[in-house]
Formats: sequence, C-alpha cells, structure tokens
Amino acid sequence: MHIVVCIKQVPDSAQIRVHPVTNTIMRQGVPAIVNPYDLFALEEALRLKDKFGGKVTVICMGPPQAEDALKKCISFGADDAVLVTDRSFAGADTLATSYALAAAVRQLGREQKVDIVFTGKQTIDGDTAQVGPGIAKRLGLQLLTYVSRIADLDLEHDSITVERRAEGGVQVLKTAVPCLITMLEGTNEMRFAPLENMIHAARYPVRKWNKEAAGIEDVTKIGLKGSPTVVSKVFGPTPRAEKALMQSVEDATPRDVALNVIQKIFTQHPTLERDILAKAAV
Amino acid sequence: MSEKFDVIVVGAGPSGNAAAYTAAKAGLSVLQIERGEYPGSKNVQGAILYANALEQIIPDFREDAPLERHIIEQRMWVLDEESFVGTHFRSDDYNKPPYNRYTIIRAQFDKWFSSKVKEAGALVICETTVESLILDGDQVVGVRCDRQGGEVFADVVILADGVNSTLARKAGFHGEIQAGNVALAVKEILFMPQETIEARFNIKEEEGVVIEMFGKITDGMMGTGFLYTNKDSITLGVGCMLSDFKENPNRTSPYTLLEKMKAHPSVAPLIAGGEMKEYCAHLIPEGGFYAVPKVHGNGWMIVGDSGGFVNAVHREGSNLAMTTGRLAAETAIAAKAAGKGFKAKQLASYKQALDESFVMKDLHKYRDMPQVFHQNNQFFTTYPELLNRAARSMITVDGIDKKTKEKEIFSNFRKSRSLTGLAGDALKLWRAFR
Ligand SMILES: Cc1cc2nc3c(=O)[nH]c(=O)nc-3n(C[C@H](O)[C@H](O)[C@H](O)COP(=O)(O)OP(=O)(O)OC[C@H]3O[C@@H](n4cnc5c(N)ncnc54)[C@H](O)[C@@H]3O)c2cc1C
Ligand SMILES: Cc1cc2nc3c(=O)[nH]c(=O)nc-3n(C[C@H](O)[C@H](O)[C@H](O)COP(=O)(O)OP(=O)(O)OC[C@H]3O[C@@H](n4cnc5c(N)ncnc54)[C@H](O)[C@@H]3O)c2cc1C
Repeated sequence: MHIVVCIKQVPDSAQIRVHPVTNTIMRQGVPAIVNPYDLFALEEALRLKDKFGGKVTVICMGPPQAEDALKKCISFGADDAVLVTDRSFAGADTLATSYALAAAVRQLGREQKVDIVFTGKQTIDGDTAQVGPGIAKRLGLQLLTYVSRIADLDLEHDSITVERRAEGGVQVLKTAVPCLITMLEGTNEMRFAPLENMIHAARYPVRKWNKEAAGIEDVTKIGLKGSPTVVSKVFGPTPRAEKALMQSVEDATPRDVALNVIQKIFTQHPTLERDILAKAAV
Repeated sequence: MSEKFDVIVVGAGPSGNAAAYTAAKAGLSVLQIERGEYPGSKNVQGAILYANALEQIIPDFREDAPLERHIIEQRMWVLDEESFVGTHFRSDDYNKPPYNRYTIIRAQFDKWFSSKVKEAGALVICETTVESLILDGDQVVGVRCDRQGGEVFADVVILADGVNSTLARKAGFHGEIQAGNVALAVKEILFMPQETIEARFNIKEEEGVVIEMFGKITDGMMGTGFLYTNKDSITLGVGCMLSDFKENPNRTSPYTLLEKMKAHPSVAPLIAGGEMKEYCAHLIPEGGFYAVPKVHGNGWMIVGDSGGFVNAVHREGSNLAMTTGRLAAETAIAAKAAGKGFKAKQLASYKQALDESFVMKDLHKYRDMPQVFHQNNQFFTTYPELLNRAARSMITVDGIDKKTKEKEIFSNFRKSRSLTGLAGDALKLWRAFR
C-alpha cells in the first residue's frame, strides 16, 4: 500500500504578530512548523501502515526551508519525503497549489501506485480547506472530508469505511480506494519519535522536485499566473472593548460562585436558559 | 542501534554551535542534541554579538548572519531615582567596516548559526533532552536522551547545555549552583518603528546604541540594567545576583525592577509607545574566575555558560561561549588525529588553550570583582545618589557660590561614608579592576 500525505509548512500562528505600525504580518523570526492539522493526517497514515504495511510518502510544496518540515515527518516514521519547490510556484493560491500537488502525486503514482492521499482539514495560515478537495478533483479520487475515524480498510476489495463529522452527527461513509481523505483535528495523537528516527531524519536526503520533475506541463496553471485569488487586505482585528471580568469572592463555595455566574448569564441572555432546558429534556 | 559518533555536543546555543561547527568542518562525525523546539527557541541574551569570536569560526559571517545594528555609541549611566550622570562614547571609527559589535536577536541568530552547523555536516536533532551521561567506569562514552532507544555514543561529549549545567552536576563534575554565583536577568523586546528609534537615539540606518545602567535601579542589589537598539525594536533588561534577590528586604522581584527601570524619567521617553513583543528571564553565571569548575575529564569537556565562562564586568558571554566551544572542538580534533584516546590527559590541551586565551586571562583579571561589589552595596546605592546630587548641585544656577557647593558635596560624601570608607572603596575598586 502506498499512502501520500500532503503537509504544508506554516508560520507558527501563535507567534505571529501584526506590525503595530505598518499593519503588515511579520513573518521574520516566526518559527516555521508543520501545519498542526496535517499531523493528524500523518499519524492516521502511519497507523494504517502499522496495520497493513506499505509505504508513507510525505510531500510539500514550498520554499527550500520547508525541507525541515518534511524531515520532521520522517522522524515520526514517514518512509520518503519530496519537496516540490520551484521559484515559479511563488504566489500560488489554492487553485495553483492543488494543481502542482496533484501533478506531484501523479508523478509519485508512476513510481508506485498511490492508494490513499491524506491532507489536513485546513491550514492555520490560509485556512481555506480547499487544497485537499482540489487535489481529489484533479486526480479523480473519491473525496472524504472531515474524517474523524477510519473504521475499515479492505484492500482486497479496494473499499474504505470512514466516520465523518457533520453538522448534528456522524456520517458513516463507504467508498472505493484510491481516495483522498482530509483528516479532522483531535482525532489521534502524534507518536513520540524514538531517537533512532531523529538521527535518521537528520540524515535523510529529502528529494527535491522542480516543476519539470513534478511533471508539470502547463506553466500558466502554477504560481502567480495560475492564481486568480487576490488577497486585497490583511488586518489585525481590533480588540473588543469589553474585557473579561474578574471578581474576587470570599466566603462562598465554588457551587455558589458558579450558580451566581450562571444566573447572571441567563439574565443577560434570556433565551439561553430556555434553549438549554429544551435540549436537556430531549 | 547504539550509533557512535566522534563527538556529541549537548546544546545548540553559541557555545554548542561553535563546537559542533568547528568539529564537523574538520570532518569529524558530530551529533548535536538540543532540547528546544529549534536552536534558539530557549535562549536569552541581550544581545550584543562581539564579532571577533565569531570571525575566528566563520570569517565571512557578515554575509548572511541576521545582524540588527552595529554599535557606534556606548552610554554608561549612573542613576538615582530621578536623574543620571553618564558618559557617552561615540565614534565614527565604529562606522568603518568590519564592525566590531552588533545587536542581534538570539532566536534568529541561533537559527542561522545552526544552519551553518548543518551545512558543515553535523547532524542536529531538536526537541530531545539529554538526561544523563553514560559512563564506562570513569570515562564518559555517550549520552542518554528522553526518547525511546535514547542511548547514543561518542568518543567525546562536549557539554554546552547552558548555565544550569544539569548534566555536569548530575555526573558530579561540579557542585550545586550557588545563589551568589548567578545573576537573574529579565528582559523585554519592545517594538518600535525604525524611524522612531533612529530619531530618538540620534542614529542612522544600521547604527546602534548601547546604554549600560547601574545605581538605584537595582534597589541596592548588585546588578546592572541595559538597553540596546535593534532594527525595529528595543531590548531592555535588568539583572541582579540571585542571592541579592533572596535577601532583598523589600522582596523586590525582577519584574518590578524592570517596571521601575522602564518608568525611570530618563528611560521612559526612550521607550514610549513601544509594544511588547517578548518577555523573558534567564540566569547568567557571574561567579567569575573562582566559580569555573573543572573543565575537562575522561571523554568530556565543558564549554560556555555551563562552565561559567562569563565576563560580567564587560557583559561578555556569547563570545566566551563561542571561543570555549571552538577550543574544545579543536582539542577533540587534535585528540582524534593523535589517535591516543580521549582521556583527561589527551584533552588537557583544552584547559591549556583556555588559560592562554582572553577567556581565562580576563576572568583572572576581574577575579575579585564579584566579591568586592557583592560585599559593598554602597556602589549601587550611596555613590550613585551622591554622584547625582553633586552633579545637580554644580549644574543648577541658584546664587550659591561654587566653593560652598563643593564643600557641601564633599561633606555629603563624608556623611554617607567615612574617609577611610571612601579611600577603602577606591582601593577595592582599583584592585578589582587592575
Ligand atoms: C497572509 C497570506 C497571504 C496570502 N497571499 C496570497 C496572495 O497574494 N496570492 C495568492 O494567490 N494566495 C495568497 N495566499 C494563499 C496561499 O497561497 C494559500 O495559503 C495556499 O494556496 C494554500 O491554501 P491554504 O493554506 O488555505 O490550504 P488549505 O486548503 O486550508 O489546506 C488543506 C490541506 O492541504 C494541504 N496543503 C495545503 N497547502 C499545501 C502545500 N503547499 N504543500 C502540501 N500540502 C498542502 C495540507 O494537507 C492542508 O492541511 C495567502 C495566504 C496568506 C495566509
Ligand atoms: C539577559 C541576558 C543578557 C545577556 N546579554 C549578553 C550580551 O549582550 N552579550 C553577550 O555576549 N552575552 C550576553 N549574555 C550571556 C549570553 O547569553 C550567554 O553567555 C550565552 O548564551 C552562553 O551560550 P551557551 O551556548 O553556553 O548557553 P545557552 O545559550 O544557554 O545554550 C544552551 C543550550 O543548551 C540547551 N540545553 C540545555 N540543557 C539541555 C539538555 N539536557 N539536553 C539538550 N539540550 C539542552 C538549551 O536549550 C540551550 O539551547 C546575556 C545573558 C542574559 C541572560
């Protein structure tokens, strides 16, 4: 079995600041990390590999520094890593990104047939959740989004059953492989790499593909040229005026304090109490 | 698996990076282990980079190292509650390349240095803590990490794990940290538009200013404050001996010290409007010469802060760290070439090289300084106050004749400190600085 996991290197958004003066995003000095959502995809892929055997390849489109993100995935247990990197990819939106990644996955398929492609649910910097579906569409793969659990994989009959979180419940879906899965966050926990893997990853020669190596034929579909989206403005939200309230309490049990707070909330939001009671009654 | 390397370096601060780079560059197989998420993620420094120590390791570092500003002006302020007496040294000489000192942001600098270490061929792994040294009898043969299968071996282990130096302590190579040997420093980075910084400090693009402060800002404790200009931020901080914090009658915390310093009428206008980007606290080993432990043994050497190599008087640390790292690596390289093993005897040339370098010479020169300042807090309380009063008196024009003013100043000094006390202080200082 061959699983491909798409990972993106993103700036650690917890440490991103909007410049107080120029109002631009300051990326300098902000550490780059593997998009946290993608680690759920990788872990799920590794679990399938543990169970069924086979190979996990991670790919990333990004600048040369993104090699670090791929090496990190190798340390977790991925078998191979490909960095799709070319100056002409700069300025790519989701359309262009999914075009380039789809080409790269197709190329990987020529080396060894791909059974499942994983992506994260979304990224923490672009947040669109479009790249996964974009790749699936271009490669004609079955698409399973927001997957919370892989219930069954039947390689003999090329079928897969997953649980998918949807509004108001969980859907159980069964489809054919090859497929593309966008994995929901919080669904598993990334393993802690043994020392041997860390050393192996530090040594690992990540493969680098330029646009030719990635099998990209139509250069009008990549980079800025292939990107109809324009980010017209970026701004930091203005802090809301009302601040969190801190009350000091003496001589009251936690229960009293909680009841008091709940009462206050209900006074401010009269319908809330009714809604909650109605839900509780069901 | 149990792989074996020529050298394992623990820590990826300036000392560890210098060691790993030098050893890898010479063709040794090097594994460097850092517990932080990435090199620099845990590190704290003012930070002034002294070019010389780095030049000896990476001569062309200026081409791509992330440097903020080169320093053209040094201010030294002695403060009381509302004023300061100071000297400023500014020279256009400092505008002639190659520049001598730079402000840097450690998180960025360490990352850059680490990329050089990797280029040189060392294997660098992060998010991995070395928990203990592996000993074979009395020979250090490797390290044990907090990961599964965490043992890895080497001919030489270079301890570059910073001021706490847990590993050396655990192995019994040196004793517990003494509160009187370490300073606790806090610092902040404040954002400020580049143009504001340049206007406020009277500097051009890429030029930088350093302000060193001491006096009342440390609330009677032995310590100093500092303020450095970066490209579009200002770093400022203050540090005092840990033992002084413990004994402080007002129970002043490091954070209140910093807040007071920021509110000082001479400091506040310089940082007005700055937006806080980061706040951190860190220890600095300031025990000096007498606090330097045994620096090498069978299969190990200790470098940088973990060996206590800091010249507190001149605020030099990273340069001593890089130099000790380089000398330790050179020792390992020579020992490997000689092929006679890696016992204390073969590594003794490290100690010798240290003694012959500025590192031990400077620490020796100031060997008594920590004691003198520590036992005589008048240097941080009475004198700054007197000095500022004297300056105010002489400069204020109020109809009182200068002779009377001089008399009053002198009598103020005598009231606060006996003549023998004054003479004694002068002598102590002279001895310590000599
Ligand atoms: C501040 C900012 C400015 C931007 N400016 C522009 C601009 O000027 N012009 C423009 O066209 N676009 C711009 N973008 C969009 C940017 O290029 C997108 O982030 C990118 O196309 C991917 O979309 P996404 O991050 O929303 O991914 P999502 O669709 O949210 O990602 C879903 C999943 O797809 C996979 N994935 C996504 N990207 C990659 C990748 N590169 N490599 C491997 N796997 C990946 C991951 O598994 C991820 O979890 C900007 C984005 C930001 C945050
Ligand atoms: C506020 C402040 C201001 C300063 N200003 C200056 C200045 O302006 N100029 C100057 O030259 N010096 C300055 N110094 C001193 C300077 O920062 C230090 O001397 C220097 O950082 C020492 O480098 P090092 O490599 O020995 O230690 P560190 O930089 O502390 O690096 C040690 C590394 O080891 C890692 N580590 C620790 N234990 C383990 C373990 N068990 N396993 C794996 N990794 C581990 C740590 O995460 C860290 O990355 C300042 C210090 C402070 C605190």
